Amino acid sequence: MGLNKLKFMMAAMGAACLSLVQPALAQIEGTITQGDAREFRVALPDFNADTPEARDLADQIVGIMRNDLRSTGLFDLLPPETFIQRDLSVVVQPRFADWRIIQTEALGIGEVEIMPDGKMRVAFRLWDTATEQEKLLSGQRGRQYVTTGENLRRVAHVLADDIYSSLTGDEGYFDTRIVFIAESGPKTERRKRLAIMDQDGANAEFLTDGRYTVLTPRFSPTDQTITYMTYENGRPQVYLFDIETGRSESLGRFEGMTYAPRFSTDGESVLFSQAANGNSDVYIMELVSRNKTRLTDHPAIDTSPSMSPDGRQIVFTSDRGGSPQLYVMNSDGSPRTCPTGNRDTACRITGFSDGGYYSTPVWSPRGDLIAFTKQSGGRFHIGVVQPDGRGERLLSQAYLDEGPAWSPNGRVIIFFREARPGAGPVLYTVDLTGRNLRQVQTPGDASDPAWSPPLR
Amino acid sequence: MKNKSLYWVTVAGLALALGACASKPPVQEEVATAPPPPATPSARPTPTPSAPPTSQVVGPAPGTVQDFIVNVGDRVYFDTDAYNLDSRDMATLDRQVAWLKAYPNVTIIVAGNCDERGTREYNLGLGERRANSVKDYLVSQGISSARVETISYGKERPIDGRSTPEAWEQNRNSQSQIIDGAVG
Repeated sequence: MGLNKLKFMMAAMGAACLSLVQPALAQIEGTITQGDAREFRVALPDFNADTPEARDLADQIVGIMRNDLRSTGLFDLLPPETFIQRDLSVVVQPRFADWRIIQTEALGIGEVEIMPDGKMRVAFRLWDTATEQEKLLSGQRGRQYVTTGENLRRVAHVLADDIYSSLTGDEGYFDTRIVFIAESGPKTERRKRLAIMDQDGANAEFLTDGRYTVLTPRFSPTDQTITYMTYENGRPQVYLFDIETGRSESLGRFEGMTYAPRFSTDGESVLFSQAANGNSDVYIMELVSRNKTRLTDHPAIDTSPSMSPDGRQIVFTSDRGGSPQLYVMNSDGSPRTCPTGNRDTACRITGFSDGGYYSTPVWSPRGDLIAFTKQSGGRFHIGVVQPDGRGERLLSQAYLDEGPAWSPNGRVIIFFREARPGAGPVLYTVDLTGRNLRQVQTPGDASDPAWSPPLR
Repeated sequence: MKNKSLYWVTVAGLALALGACASKPPVQEEVATAPPPPATPSARPTPTPSAPPTSQVVGPAPGTVQDFIVNVGDRVYFDTDAYNLDSRDMATLDRQVAWLKAYPNVTIIVAGNCDERGTREYNLGLGERRANSVKDYLVSQGISSARVETISYGKERPIDGRSTPEAWEQNRNSQSQIIDGAVG
């Protein structure tokens, strides 16, 4: 039921995209899914716990789960005062009628117990109150974890992912991390450090010490490796960072500088720009063989490459037409027929309707959209556009909104914002309607966020 | 505007080089608008005149990094999204060429910088272009390319931390920095 609703919502969004033609789009579109994106009515009562210690853990877990679910804007968590049934148990069917009266669609019941060896046992079930059936969680009837307290947050995120996935039909993204640039100090002497935290802002830690500037970290889509750009050795170059081992390594020493790195879809290569003698072009390097292939050869600045999920196309920024715009090319460099009818190796997909500048394109993991930064009228926006250049929608605007990155399920975009002139950068997430805009808490100023794949 | 900004940078550099207290803001405007001080007779004794201030006007020693910054000019400034050099930039670069020819052991790195009104990655490319257009000019005037490195800082190293058009103007620049071979 919930699944059908979301599919309907997405279908409605798709239809809206198709019906919108290019010229009339230079404004915030907040109405596309309004009315369709009704929230799922979910009851998530406090978990059962038989000791004060277990009570504490249980409250933390359910608090994290509620926060995850609320952050999506997709769930209406029903207030506990309205609950009729109070004697819930994970091993007994709930009185469904009591929950239908308050229009609960899904009811989650959990319990926490501290085992004799000190480990905690967390059990959880999700019920569909209409069908009176248990909802499957990652294909199973109920979930149970026996683990140490240090995994508490992850258990909560995994359970919230199960609820999200069970109700929306999409993969959850709560058990993930965000890598970003932690900034401090005055603008003229800014310290920029590589940092990582959980998706909800917890467990933030620095990965570099700030002696040199690092920029633009991006996760591998397949493992816990990051590629980023660093001034570590004076000359800016692309590096890899293995989070598990804490080791960093250069992609290789190249003439000039290498920058704007991003993993290929299969995680086996890194796309990047190399600039030498005043010209930036896009390259791809296969990580095992370290074979480097040039993908663009143009006197313009060609940068910010991002590959489509099927690996066949690459979107990048180029100012070959006079201003920074987005271009799409085939990954093998073969000519294509552009929307304008021309045959070319790269087709421009933005900037036909106004004087805006477009940059930092990132292909959605679903393949259907490309997120970008747009600079127009003295403001910066985060927006999305179809790969053929149709259906542009702006999702945000501020003095500076920059650097979108997708959640692994392609439903949420994280980016950084300087709200006013002189304001430090902070992280925001926004959904594809542009309505669910939320600040992500970080210990200090933060920029260049990138999302990890699911940790499992 | 451009001339004015360059002038202030030079003045600031000069003040610094002469050992003046650079952190003190200039007070001329205040003096001009404030009412004249009352002409009350001073109760303090007249101090003995100190040594004539001729030593204060000696500039940086020739061939030093300060000489290059103060007397030659280490930065040229660009228009928005542009990397072309105008006649004023070329005049500065011509002085750099003459100086580099006078001190043939000097090697430099040209750093290209951008204002904050662009995205990070594109600005890294633009900064590289700006640095390279300075290098190209120096090389075209007879400086060996082996003596000139380039680097881009994109929008990461503003010299004016404010978010104003005047600051952006300052921050769109290429700075020639001496790596090695200067006197002192």
